[in-house]
Amino acid sequence: MKIRLDHVVKTFNTFRAVRDVSLEIESGELVALLGPSGSGKTTILRMVAGLEFADGGHIYFGDQDATDIPVRDRGVGFVFQHYALFPHMTVQENIAFGMKVSKVKREKAAIAARVEELLRLVRLERLGDRFPAQISGGQRQRVALARALAVDPKVLLLDEPFGALDAAVRRDLRRWLREIHDELGITTLFVTHDQEEALDLADRVVILNEGQIVQEGTPEQVCRDPKSAFVTRFLGDANRLSAEVRGGVAYADGAAIAADGVANGAAEIYARPGDLDWSAAGPGIAASVTRVLDRPGGRRVIAVTAAGENLEFDVEPELAVRAGEQGFVTLRRAQVFAAS
Amino acid sequence: MRRNVLPGLSLSLGVTLFYVGLIVVLPLAALIFKAASLGPVDYWSIISSSRAVASYRVTVLSALGATAFNLVFGLALAWVLTRYRFPGWRLIDAMVDLPFALPTAVAGISLTALFANNGWFGSVLSELGIKVAYTPLGIMVAMCFTSLPFIVRTVQPVLEDLDPALEEAAQSLGGSDWTIFRKVIFPLLTPALLAGLSLSFARSLGEFGAIIFIAGNQPMSTEITALLVFIRLEEYDYQAAAAIASVLLITAFVMLAVTNLLQARALRYTARS
Repeated sequence: MKIRLDHVVKTFNTFRAVRDVSLEIESGELVALLGPSGSGKTTILRMVAGLEFADGGHIYFGDQDATDIPVRDRGVGFVFQHYALFPHMTVQENIAFGMKVSKVKREKAAIAARVEELLRLVRLERLGDRFPAQISGGQRQRVALARALAVDPKVLLLDEPFGALDAAVRRDLRRWLREIHDELGITTLFVTHDQEEALDLADRVVILNEGQIVQEGTPEQVCRDPKSAFVTRFLGDANRLSAEVRGGVAYADGAAIAADGVANGAAEIYARPGDLDWSAAGPGIAASVTRVLDRPGGRRVIAVTAAGENLEFDVEPELAVRAGEQGFVTLRRAQVFAAS
Repeated sequence: MRRNVLPGLSLSLGVTLFYVGLIVVLPLAALIFKAASLGPVDYWSIISSSRAVASYRVTVLSALGATAFNLVFGLALAWVLTRYRFPGWRLIDAMVDLPFALPTAVAGISLTALFANNGWFGSVLSELGIKVAYTPLGIMVAMCFTSLPFIVRTVQPVLEDLDPALEEAAQSLGGSDWTIFRKVIFPLLTPALLAGLSLSFARSLGEFGAIIFIAGNQPMSTEITALLVFIRLEEYDYQAAAAIASVLLITAFVMLAVTNLLQARALRYTARS
């Protein structure tokens, strides 16, 4: 089912949570709403679900205007950050709940068969008789997904689905969610503040800030071609250098970077830690090392430039570099934006 | 004993046990001891005398009625107080505790004044042919008044802690409001309701001050068991008083045990594997 948001607005008291958001999600697509807290991403998801009603604009499911349809008639599956499993029901009963309360009457045996099928899908065949308190967080989230899928929703909505889990479980679960999505082909929209999760999982990423969409595109598009300093910063670690643009070139202290289409005047250069090179002799931006952090794959160097700006970059594990050393940093790749 | 990081175990345990022994166990033991000194035949004849049995009947039936009423009304009150904010909310919330704070005699006198045939409520009700004061109905009203806070105050915190996402999840799965209440909210409130229920019932069984003013206290019809104990005591018949009191004690104890069992059953799902 295709979802379309048309100039949607939502205000809580005086807080403008969602400001004129228009968005299309194609049928069968897996889309991530990515943004910092307070960016309105969860509010958008809840409006799509019908758990919140828009103050302005429309939400369409296919050709149908779903803006005012209450959640129980909207046909969406919603997965909550903290699972929201019914604690007094077993895993099976949780999954069966939607089928039991549905207006469409189902045979007991048909419900039991569907529960079995879903338990297999989420790989929890043996845990059907357990209560939610007796299984792990990752298992609970899989039960929550099975419960949402049990009512054959047109759309699957997930609110920070892996937010409460530890890193290893998160990684497993998101690969697994991708597999399930590919198997079922259900239109899926999920909210996250974790850029890695969004880039890992989604066909398309919608980046939000202060209630507005700041950029949307495939993971490749948003990573290779961020349209603003905010997107660059939000997608991952980035070093920031003050610069001055003159005639399409950004000049910083010891570096000159092509800056096509950036107006003359104050600007900011952003470069990923992996795009910086370190050498003991010039040319480059003079900097002195303040700390060296050792990591399994290499060494992270923190240095400060003459202008007092902090730089972080990675060097080979074998490189002998110590705090207090002087050297030069060159930029292999960078983005330039006019100063905000 | 394993070493414990928290200090003061032996001291606090000692003080607590001493206190519980002195204030709770000793008087109860004295009561049992006194009643037991009667011998089984006398004991049985006292507790099964027709006057005593009539008092049990009126006490237990009124307590059941009052508890049933409070179950519905207390749950509704707790629901409204947790779910909605309206002008006067704070006042109503504070008033729920009034039956706790008010001397029961004051409650009894005011209820009697209200429900007497010439009182505000009583005059209207007597026109409808309903007599409250000096009837078992009056006993029930007094019991309702004094035991209302138990249900409200046990259910309220549980209702407040209920994750709104549970209801949202149930809604997104297509549940109607009534289904969600019946299948999700009510089962989760059951343990708290049971606790409130048993406290409310126990309080009603033992209530004395608020009832004796409104009850009329006619032996065989509106005489509650606690009053009968008091009358025997006034007659210096300590053994008979203890015997009848022991019936109240045993009833309360059995009921507490039963509700604890039910509560444990209702909370099975919280146990880890």
